[in-house]
Amino acid sequence: MFLQQIINGLTVGGVYALIALGYTMVYGILELINFAHGEIYMIGAYLGIIFLGIFTTAGLTQYSLPLSLFLTVVLSVLFCSAYGFTVEKLAYKPLRNAPRLNPLISAIGVSIFLQNYVMLTQGATDKVFPHVLPVTTIEFSGITMTSLQIIIIVVSLLLMAGLHLFIMKTRTGKAMRAVAQDKVMASLLGIDIDRIISVTFIIGSGLAAVAGLMVAMYYGLVNYSIGYIAGIKAFTAAVLGGIGSVPGAMIGGFVLGLIESLGAGYLSSEYKDAYAFIVLILILMVKPTGLLGKSEGHKP
Amino acid sequence: MLKLENIHTSYGHIEAVRGTNLEIRKGEIVSLIGSNGAGKSTTLMTISGILRPVKGKVIFEGREIQGLSPHKIVSMGVSQVPEGRRIFPKLTVRENLEMGAYLKGKGQRAKGKGSGVKGQEARGKGEDTSRGDSRIALAEQLDHIFNLFPVLKERQKQLGGTLSGGEQQMLAIGRALMSGPELLLLDEPSLGLAPIIVIKIFKTIRELNAGGLTILLVEQNAKAALRLAHRGYVIESGRVTREGIGKELLDDPAIKRAYLGE
Ligand SMILES: Nc1ncnc2c1ncn2[C@@H]1O[C@H](COP(=O)(O)OP(=O)(O)OP(=O)(O)O)[C@@H](O)[C@H]1O
Ligand SMILES: [Mg+2]
Repeated sequence: MFLQQIINGLTVGGVYALIALGYTMVYGILELINFAHGEIYMIGAYLGIIFLGIFTTAGLTQYSLPLSLFLTVVLSVLFCSAYGFTVEKLAYKPLRNAPRLNPLISAIGVSIFLQNYVMLTQGATDKVFPHVLPVTTIEFSGITMTSLQIIIIVVSLLLMAGLHLFIMKTRTGKAMRAVAQDKVMASLLGIDIDRIISVTFIIGSGLAAVAGLMVAMYYGLVNYSIGYIAGIKAFTAAVLGGIGSVPGAMIGGFVLGLIESLGAGYLSSEYKDAYAFIVLILILMVKPTGLLGKSEGHKP
Repeated sequence: MLKLENIHTSYGHIEAVRGTNLEIRKGEIVSLIGSNGAGKSTTLMTISGILRPVKGKVIFEGREIQGLSPHKIVSMGVSQVPEGRRIFPKLTVRENLEMGAYLKGKGQRAKGKGSGVKGQEARGKGEDTSRGDSRIALAEQLDHIFNLFPVLKERQKQLGGTLSGGEQQMLAIGRALMSGPELLLLDEPSLGLAPIIVIKIFKTIRELNAGGLTILLVEQNAKAALRLAHRGYVIESGRVTREGIGKELLDDPAIKRAYLGE
């Protein structure tokens, strides 16, 4: 039972972490809580259904399943990145020098817009994710684990490792850290701030797309409103880890996933969604800066 | 090389610089002195493109650059060490320096003739489009900075925030030199440093200038700055009120009274 819940927790935790990274990276650079981020994740899930549907009709899935899955991932990531990029340019960039509340309201507006946009174009009822991937179940000493769970955990970990290397080692990654610390100084060194902000939105949205795809496969159902709850949970994960901190979002995601599944297993599964909010309230009361968060004292 | 024509720069309704004219010729050290709030930093931030002048022109090498974005201005060869040094506290010393060479990694640099900092070669290499060459240029440039400030080499893996004030100032200057500028803007490099470090910093400024780098030096330490400079400007509440040869200004009784405390 315990190990079973751990595995379930790591699975959803990986997904929360991937989404949380988008929140935390954007916050780190713009001090903006991008409330529309959950919607990008939801769009990623829909894009998965759409592209796989197209490939199935075109006969590509029967011809080569790995190829069609690969293309689905690539296309969904590209489209979501384009959405993220566009949202920033249209809804946040013009407000860059406005009081902090304005882009926040703009973010809520984008979130509502995207939800309704998907509801109107895709319908208000649940969509079923095509059952293309044969799911095998592994059992050992009373614990069951599906191949999908393994894929989700492994993919999340690989993406996080990749992101970490990108941020720590590449020129653009270092520039992202520099911009997060001091935008004026970064631009005095020749760093194009607009470009770095765009890159941040593109990466965050791409990660959310992968998360959306994996969740759609895992639960099999997608709805235009799934971005809301997932978004708030991932945001909680980001706050739990310390908003603005990339490793914090990774740890926060897994910790939240574990709390949720252990809570569902040992306390009550009826309150599953409430645990995240209880956690959020507790952190805000006890340690508002989160597990790895820095104190905000020095910010102007 | 650089000319400011009737620059006006405001923060909201406060006009901090009102009609500044200033000129820097190639190879010069020009000092800009003035008391707190006179508008010195505002002037530098206007040159670098962080602030947009409401009125007036900034002309660099014959081109109007006011209104260009800061990274464009850096790519033309103007680099600034801002007031308070602004080291990235959570990047290592080495990463701080690498960020100074950010534009070089792009493989393409704005054209420009030599500069004071290992000018020709580094810049020539930077212009090359291949990544390998830009990496070599980066290593050369790093070596050059480590020669200038050996302490930075010892501390290269340390976080920027853990350096002492003097080390941070050296890092800030080294970082600004990494882009291979032709014009270096320095905003109060001696602020809050021990006298011995100040001497070292001023010595470095002189050496850089001897190597061909043109320098605009903003200072509260008027005596040292005017001694070092070929020419000086005095700025008072946003306007240039005096200009002249460094020595002339040093001997001026009014300036002595106001800025040299004599
Ligand atoms: N961000 C800002 N917002 C509003 N006013 C500002 C801002 N920065 C500077 N000022 C005002 O503009 C004027 C010029 O400031 P500036 O920083 O250019 O002076 P300075 O000559 O560099 O002074 P110091 O020697 O103290 O650094 C001052 O009156 C200052 O209060
Ligand atoms: Mg100043």
